[in-house]
Amino acid sequence: MAASGRVANAVRWPRLPLSASPRLFLIFTTAVVLLYGVIYPNIHVVLASLQHNGNWSLANYGQTLSQDIVLESILASVGVSLLTVLFCAAVGIPLAFLFERYTFPARRIFATFAALPLVLPPLVGTVAFIFLCGESGILARLAQSVFQLQQSPWSLRGWPALLLFHTYTMYPFFYVLTGAGLSRIDAALAEAGRSLGASRGRVLRRIVLPQLTPSLIAAALLTFMTSMASFSAPLLFGGGVRVLTLEIYTARQRGDAALAITETVILAAISLSALFFFQRYEGTRKFAAAAMKGSIRKRKAITRGGSRWLAIACGIVFSLLLILPVATLVLVSFAREGNWTTQTVPTSYTVANYIKIFSDGRAREVFFNSLSMSAIAALAALGWSFCVASLLTRKGSRKWRRLLSWLILVPWALPGTVVAVSLAEAYGQRSPLLGSFILVGTFWILPVVYFLRFMPLVVRAVQASMEQIDAALEEAAAGLGARWWQRFTQVTLPLVWPGAIAGTLLAFVIALGEYVASVLVFVPKNRPISIAIASELRDFNLGTAAAYGVLLMLMIALIMTLAARLERVRG
Amino acid sequence: MPLLSLKNLSKRFDNTAAVADVSLEVERGEFFGLLGPSGCGKTTTLRMIAGLEQPDTGSILFEGRDITNLPAERRGFGMVFQNYALFPHLNVFENVAFGLRARHKPKGEIIERVKSALELVQLPGYEKRRVDELSGGQQQRVAIARAIAIEPALLLFDEPLSNLDVTLREETRGELRELVTRLGLTAVYVTHDQEEAFALCDRISVMVGGRILQTGRPRDLYEHPSQLSVGKFLGRNNLIRVMRLTSAKSEVAEFKTLAGGHTIRLPVEGNNLVPLNQPCILAIRPEHVLFANGNAQLENALPAVVREINFAGATSSIKLDANGLLLEALALEAEGIKVGEQQTVVLPPERISLLRE
Repeated sequence: MAASGRVANAVRWPRLPLSASPRLFLIFTTAVVLLYGVIYPNIHVVLASLQHNGNWSLANYGQTLSQDIVLESILASVGVSLLTVLFCAAVGIPLAFLFERYTFPARRIFATFAALPLVLPPLVGTVAFIFLCGESGILARLAQSVFQLQQSPWSLRGWPALLLFHTYTMYPFFYVLTGAGLSRIDAALAEAGRSLGASRGRVLRRIVLPQLTPSLIAAALLTFMTSMASFSAPLLFGGGVRVLTLEIYTARQRGDAALAITETVILAAISLSALFFFQRYEGTRKFAAAAMKGSIRKRKAITRGGSRWLAIACGIVFSLLLILPVATLVLVSFAREGNWTTQTVPTSYTVANYIKIFSDGRAREVFFNSLSMSAIAALAALGWSFCVASLLTRKGSRKWRRLLSWLILVPWALPGTVVAVSLAEAYGQRSPLLGSFILVGTFWILPVVYFLRFMPLVVRAVQASMEQIDAALEEAAAGLGARWWQRFTQVTLPLVWPGAIAGTLLAFVIALGEYVASVLVFVPKNRPISIAIASELRDFNLGTAAAYGVLLMLMIALIMTLAARLERVRG
Repeated sequence: MPLLSLKNLSKRFDNTAAVADVSLEVERGEFFGLLGPSGCGKTTTLRMIAGLEQPDTGSILFEGRDITNLPAERRGFGMVFQNYALFPHLNVFENVAFGLRARHKPKGEIIERVKSALELVQLPGYEKRRVDELSGGQQQRVAIARAIAIEPALLLFDEPLSNLDVTLREETRGELRELVTRLGLTAVYVTHDQEEAFALCDRISVMVGGRILQTGRPRDLYEHPSQLSVGKFLGRNNLIRVMRLTSAKSEVAEFKTLAGGHTIRLPVEGNNLVPLNQPCILAIRPEHVLFANGNAQLENALPAVVREINFAGATSSIKLDANGLLLEALALEAEGIKVGEQQTVVLPPERISLLRE
């Protein structure tokens, strides 16, 4: 039988679950990417920040931190981020309780659109916000005409504007994660609490909220990091609020490399320590699921008159709030250029903006650039993620696996500005890793940046799918005589691919609208959509900018629908 | 030469010994059981036989050749997993064909062999079904068909029936045994269910705490457990703490019970088993405890008071107190026995085992 023959390899290797050679290949690929993409550029930037006029010194930090504007921007970044977390929690958590625990008419409308701001590219969202809430936007004009005001009743500038926009775009972190956390809580625990005589409030405080803590911490972390990295909003309506990302951008524009690098290191340090702090805290708050079999909580129907109408009203109002910016963008995209001056909404409509984009070769090229660079980055991330996820899900030294997950988290945790600056600095001249090849100034710089920024998403998706596979399946395949590549292609791959492709598509759409890092390192050869939008905006071609935004959103919507489909295949 | 032999296998996980110094031999055509409580290392032992775990020390010999380092896919053993491990993305046919495809068998042969394997497990015509449409029992059969389709040199079962309900489990048990015998296969079967192991296996190794305590035919294990833990694990037992009275030389040893002070006589082979004046344990099954019905001349007859009668369907369990020595007896007919009554119970010497602690 098959057991016969080839017994000769009697040398006792510590047998690996995969045979040795593919495993070495996985380790090699993973290590090369991490070395080039994560380790070297970041170390390079830190070392560069410690050099002043060719000597090792802390002079850069001394000079940087002695400038009031830098200190102010550090405080502003942290302050905006902390307030954003508070605001998002205040909005997202109650919404999650309302929409994930109760059912009533209009609930589904909101639930459908709840996560919309997450896939809205920040730049497009910012533009839509200006059209809707800006001092010459639709809402301000509406208020003006209703109350017969001479001037705009508000201006979309500074702290309130930033916080409003951040809350709008980042509350879904709290909404989605709280909702998921709520659905994971074993309903029997709350029932047990009630049966022991605890009031509703006490059950919420002592049973539900403590179990929700990990979700809330994760949401707070995501919100804080995203807010620290926020760039488009401070750029377009931050007003006097100078945040770090903006400072780094302007320092680079001015050509003050030392300042830009030093600020980059400071921003990176703040982001990484936030990540570290939150993860530490999260670790102390994890609860092992004690129950073997939980009972599933059903959404409770709100049937009483008053609260029912209130809930329905909430559903409609919040749905409108979610849709309005997008609707505005669509509206403006059809506005005739230069025709919308003092009216509440544009008065004459045309498809000229779209025709302009489709007929202009340069505009078409922009789409081609974004699509191809995002596709390259997403596909590379997909392939690489399989290497990493195989290493992460296998048995092996826990220490190495932890290091690996940390290294992969780094580019995700670092603001796009930091990733772009460190890559530009590390590969902007001859480097020990690339020799005479200089990455900066080539087409490839953006695909590489996109890959680094968004591969953690793909790794996470692939890893999650792999962990869901019962280990016995691969063992069964091995027992039936399948070699490692047969097991991979016939068992692992078919089970993992829906999740993997969904993750890849997510990375792809986020890369499509990427602006923060692109604006720092793009070259004429690889101008992406976001840069085109920004430059149309600068030239006051509002309609064209909006049309670009709408097209981008359409592509994203299309791809996300596809991803959702795949998600269902998997379920 | 035994078909399979394990020699001093040991395996540690994170500093706890899962399997310690396990040796056993399985003959060709034998249905061999590994029986033990959960966490006793029986599954780990099976996984080492399958090649899914690598032993830290020791070796595995198959047909006399060392296969310790042979990867699972080259061993050609069929394994049936506890949760069946059917490939969810493949239909019944593809699941059963998986091992044949891995061996690059010609198409016609694959179709033929899948068909006959499904007929053997009484699922003919199920080829096109999705595995998640099948009931637990049917999934179980597909898992077995998949394992036998490769004509395995050895069949490995990891608690394959534990996810089925009681009636189905007993039914499948019978069919499984019949199937393995008919195909002339050799099987190693892991279970924590003593009744299942007794019904299925020719020989059983009882494992506790990573070690094999005793290996033997089911009846021998049941009636003559060699150790206290085996006796405790295999069904209910009256365990009587005693002190040996007579000298080691006599054929019939005399023991005094610590509770009640009764004298119990039984023949012992191997006189060196228990030294004089040393405490040891006698075990007798409840169903072997008899009622004397007035005939007090029998050996090991003790007066006892009936404390409790528990009706359990076919039998009744009777709790007795013989002057402080608590005993349990199993009777088919509890008629005429009443709580509080004085009875004479008999412990037949041939039914008593002497246990090491």
